[in-house]
Amino acid sequence: MGQVNEVDALIDTMAAQLRTLIAARKLTDPAMVGIHTGGVWVAEQLHRRMDLQVPLGSLDISFYRDDFTRIGMNPQVRPSQLPFDIDNRNIILVDDVLHTGRTIRAALNELFDYGRPASITLAVLVERSGRELPIEADVIGRKMELGDGEHIKLTGPTPLTLELQKPA
Amino acid sequence: MNRLVQQVDAQGRLRHFLTLEGLKRQMLIDILDTAESFSGVTEQTVKKVPLLRGKTIVNLFFEASTRTRTTFELAAKRLSADVLNMNINASSASKGETLLDTLRNLEAMHVDMFVVRHAESGAAHFIAQHVAPHISVINGGDGRHAHPTQGMLDMFTIRRAKGPDFGRLRVAIVGDVMHSRVARSQIHALNILNTGEVRVVGPRTLIPADAADLGVHVYHNFEEGIRDVDVIMMLRLQRERMQGALLPSEHEYFRLFGLTQKRLALAKSDVTVMHPGPINRGVEMDSQVADGPHSVILEQVTHGIAVRMAVMSMVMSQKAQAIQSTQNTPAVPTPGAGA
Repeated sequence: MGQVNEVDALIDTMAAQLRTLIAARKLTDPAMVGIHTGGVWVAEQLHRRMDLQVPLGSLDISFYRDDFTRIGMNPQVRPSQLPFDIDNRNIILVDDVLHTGRTIRAALNELFDYGRPASITLAVLVERSGRELPIEADVIGRKMELGDGEHIKLTGPTPLTLELQKPA
Repeated sequence: MNRLVQQVDAQGRLRHFLTLEGLKRQMLIDILDTAESFSGVTEQTVKKVPLLRGKTIVNLFFEASTRTRTTFELAAKRLSADVLNMNINASSASKGETLLDTLRNLEAMHVDMFVVRHAESGAAHFIAQHVAPHISVINGGDGRHAHPTQGMLDMFTIRRAKGPDFGRLRVAIVGDVMHSRVARSQIHALNILNTGEVRVVGPRTLIPADAADLGVHVYHNFEEGIRDVDVIMMLRLQRERMQGALLPSEHEYFRLFGLTQKRLALAKSDVTVMHPGPINRGVEMDSQVADGPHSVILEQVTHGIAVRMAVMSMVMSQKAQAIQSTQNTPAVPTPGAGA
């Protein structure tokens, strides 16, 4: 873990899986959306490799989190940018780490406030253990079983590296 | 002014929003940045985010208002809060109920926030002092004292028009500064954001004698005052707050201080013209100017919604964080951590 090109290799794997999946599901003219912050970094790389025609979108799910009443608002909220029509669009949603599933739940809710997509495919760099909601990824760079208190974190944007944080 | 109520908590978070005076520069920038994110909500098909779902916000208006009340109401609704509009003149006050009784009754309905507008200076502070600790108060304009959300939406509008560097800007605030809470909030905000030069321009009878103490340059000649400025912020002539003959006539006022196309040419060629509304056309400015290419008066109204969403959510966020820190629960992962 931590080598410079590890993440690059994982994104190559994701791109290959995604091409197969787009062909199999006949997802015409798909649009990619990254979730701030790490998901946008991964999406930028993936978008370039996939050579997608539709410009990349980004979501900041701060206003859709389910823990506002517990922890308040993230002070560094950025505007979400979806430079295409969501209605009837095949969406590829990209995040860095799939953990509890709560971020994806928030992202799905936000996307639906912009319109009714034809489909949403989820692509993640790391799928780790600890799901709390019935949400699974379609495209996975790498699977990891992590123990209590362990966290995997993507740092970037250049270079993109994965960092394993063990409990102190 | 009563200073017993702290609008900022020990951690530097907004607990109430009563005045811009004394706030830190970073706080103003945070409000503007958060408002920038909320401005995107209007592009959604569903023009709403679920942030304040289940919260109840009361618009407590002791003084008539259309624009401020409707934009506060819309801001609350776009945050998914429930909104009660209370026009106090028309209800309890006329039946003899005291203000504190009205507050206690509303508190008993388990509301979370009051947006207060009142003709008396200091009213929002007074209410903030007396509400239950779990309730936040936002000042929607009190007497001649402050109108902080208006001040912030004006800063938002200037930043959109001119960029983030206020240091290179020369700004003129024109008209009835004496009676204007808007002017006071604008001056505080412009000073906190380190604006290059702030001018106040108006007849001697409508400029407070101690205006220069606020760190502004005072002009009594309109043409001189707006020469080479980047932004002209016109004020409404507040006839309802004037006692005695401060003005000869509206016609005379327009002749001396009305903004016309001809006068506008004295300012910079890319000057931005603002007005908090409602405009007295032909008194403060010509229709040609109000509806002209330099005017951002309607943008101000639009921006008012995003700015009020930002302030409301930041105040409610403080409450959530304060409650969290009083309960000895383990720390939750910070927002943005991969989850």
